[in-house]
Amino acid sequence: MAVDAQLDQKETDQGACCSDQLSEEEMALRIDEVIDTFSGVKGALIPVLQTAQNLFGYLAEPVLKKVSLRLNIPYSEVAGVVSFYSYFSTIPRGKNIVRVCLGTACYVRGGKEVLQSIQDYLGIDVGGTTDDRIFSLEIGRCFGACGLAPVVMINDHVYQRVKPSKVKDLLVPYRVSEPCGEEE
Amino acid sequence: MKITIDNITTEVEEGTTVLEAARAVNIDIPTLCYLEGMEPLGACRMCVVEVKGAKSLVASCSTPVRDGMEVSTNSARVRDARRTVMELLLSEHEGDCQLCERGADCELQELANRMGVKEIAFAGEKPAQFFDESTPALIRDTGKCIKCRRCMEVCKAVQNVGALAAQNRGYATVIGPAFAQDLDTVVCVQCGQCAAVCPVGAITERTHIPQVWQALDNPEKHVVVQTAPAIRAALGECFDYPPGTLVTGKMVSALRRLGFDGVFDTNFAADLTIMEEGTELLTRLKAVLSDKQEAALPQFTSCSPGWIKYAEHFYPEFLSNISSCKSPQQMFGAMAKTYYAEQKGIDPKDIVVVSVMPCTAKKYEAQREEMNDSGYQDVDYVLTTRELGRMIKEASIDFHKLEDDKMDSPLGLSSGAADIFANTGGVMEAALRTAYEIVTGRQLPVDNLHVTPIMGLEGVKEAALTIEKPLKEWAFLDGVELKTAVAHGLGNTSKLLDRIKAGEAEYHFIEIMTCPGGCIGGGGQPRFTTDEVRKQRIQAIYAEDEGKKLRKSHENPAIQEIYEKYLSKPLGERSHHYLHTKYIERSRV
Ligand code: SF4
Ligand code: SF4
Ligand code: SF4
Ligand code: FES
Repeated sequence: MAVDAQLDQKETDQGACCSDQLSEEEMALRIDEVIDTFSGVKGALIPVLQTAQNLFGYLAEPVLKKVSLRLNIPYSEVAGVVSFYSYFSTIPRGKNIVRVCLGTACYVRGGKEVLQSIQDYLGIDVGGTTDDRIFSLEIGRCFGACGLAPVVMINDHVYQRVKPSKVKDLLVPYRVSEPCGEEE
Repeated sequence: MKITIDNITTEVEEGTTVLEAARAVNIDIPTLCYLEGMEPLGACRMCVVEVKGAKSLVASCSTPVRDGMEVSTNSARVRDARRTVMELLLSEHEGDCQLCERGADCELQELANRMGVKEIAFAGEKPAQFFDESTPALIRDTGKCIKCRRCMEVCKAVQNVGALAAQNRGYATVIGPAFAQDLDTVVCVQCGQCAAVCPVGAITERTHIPQVWQALDNPEKHVVVQTAPAIRAALGECFDYPPGTLVTGKMVSALRRLGFDGVFDTNFAADLTIMEEGTELLTRLKAVLSDKQEAALPQFTSCSPGWIKYAEHFYPEFLSNISSCKSPQQMFGAMAKTYYAEQKGIDPKDIVVVSVMPCTAKKYEAQREEMNDSGYQDVDYVLTTRELGRMIKEASIDFHKLEDDKMDSPLGLSSGAADIFANTGGVMEAALRTAYEIVTGRQLPVDNLHVTPIMGLEGVKEAALTIEKPLKEWAFLDGVELKTAVAHGLGNTSKLLDRIKAGEAEYHFIEIMTCPGGCIGGGGQPRFTTDEVRKQRIQAIYAEDEGKKLRKSHENPAIQEIYEKYLSKPLGERSHHYLHTKYIERSRV
């Protein structure tokens, strides 16, 4: 589909890298260019939002308002679409996404305690992002590694048999050295 | 096409829906989300029927008729399905009917009774309830919302505002502004058309009834009331009179019985508006056509506060084209607390001005910061037609038995030109009646003073009038074809504005009313306003006008008097201070 090709193109052109350094106003400017590439495309709303989500990691209010104005779609409807799909997020996400599995196996083998321990360490709730935007915390449902539960996934890396007391060791390296451009 | 519904066979046009076909043969299928004249929403599933040969039940509001179709609207299966829909709705609903604004005219309650629902089989969890009390005009209560989506449809398709849409998904769905924020943070113009179509108590006007009772009970206060022209043609519906019954005299009696110290008429201020706005138009025309100066044309009318807010959000480039005249409601308030206070020798701080309006946006307008020119808030409280009906009932007044009474002078005297402010096209006609006579010294040369092309319910209307043999002062208008346009409903308005912006149309003077049909179709009028009801109210208003000897604003002796005694002349210094206002640009999203 033409729209998908464009979407991929945009991603490699500008990359997800370092997007968290853009201010929301800069994002709003950048989204103009994105919308230009969709000019005349029918049903552009969702692909534009997808591109923005990939570029910026989240959909800031100025970005969404810009989308509403440029596509001439009421802001309430743009918000309706954004809040309908869990794919979209309106709060900034960190550079590293930490997902704690709470599938059945992980849950019974201490996944919940691991989650609590990560929450305590990072000082955020599920769905939250640390103030320095280095970590976001989410829960997952089975990463297919039940044999070695409980499992935590950080970005695309799976960590098995995680102990609540050891979560700090797991997270600290990301604070300093996670290379830029890692897939979220 | 032939279709059989409950053994009645009938012929209908292709494209008719099953619901329309059924109603045409007097079979009433219950509906909740359906709105006449709009695209079916198919949201509530209340209107399901059984079609022979079809596996599942279908929604009759969105199912087109097929030739030879056999439909049953009352089979056991249909009744069960509807009852299930109803029970599910009720299980999520905050049903405190006795305390609810809509206790008396709720469609959900009425349907539940009609369907004989006696118990709710699904004792479900209820979605989180929250109240939006952010605006001066409206209150939203999500606990009562049945998610029928009528409000968002009207807000977008009719008003082209789009302040409401479905947020979130599934059980957590909220019909409301972006991200379930409050209405005052978004582009809502407070027209109340959403409240007018809501079947339940989920969007209602913010009531001022308690404040008005309190003022009436306070012996220190001199409480005066003004009623908008559109009230007299609709208030009767609150007391089961058929739509289009004029109840002017009874309304005056009722207001007196409620205890108002002065019963006056917004119509008086409508006549005043014509003097000011007509003069403003002639001044602009003179500047452009004769003095070759800059002045914004076309001039737009400014009586409708929803339109003003709409322009401030969406068409700021036209703000200088909008007449600087305050609306009649606000002119009345300013004059009541200055001119009237002076005449009566009452300290304006002790005067309470109450308006009865067909409109929720008038509640918003009254508390705009520009509306304090008398030194006080010019209009203190605004009741909708529905609220006045409720107050009369609260006071146990038997409306039907009331004698006719007359408004007090001087602020109760008005012309027929003021009456027709209630109808789409009416302000324009009233302005033409006066402006033409000022310019030529002769009466507007149309049958019975009506400008027929701008009457009626068509969305955008036009009329052109060539000025012949003007008086000397207006010689520059000789042979000028005065082009006017009229739009009602903000969707129609935006179409007209876009054409003007694109250079596809040119006018001198344009009347805009926020609500479909004009004020008679306002968001504060008795429910339910269909096009048929609009037509009947419009008819009644024209009858009120035609029944008066005085049918031109400039001939109103009370108007002549206020200029002699107080204002000196239209657009004069005092007028400028008390009767004119300005507008501000607002955000588009
Ligand atoms: S909306 Fe209707 S059913 Fe619900 S509480 Fe009010 S009157 Fe009762
Ligand atoms: S008051 Fe008017 S503009 Fe506001 S939400 Fe209701 S219909 Fe829309
Ligand atoms: S607020 Fe009223 S009109 Fe809007 S969806 Fe809810 S019930 Fe329907
Ligand atoms: S009336 Fe047909 S689905 Fe609501």
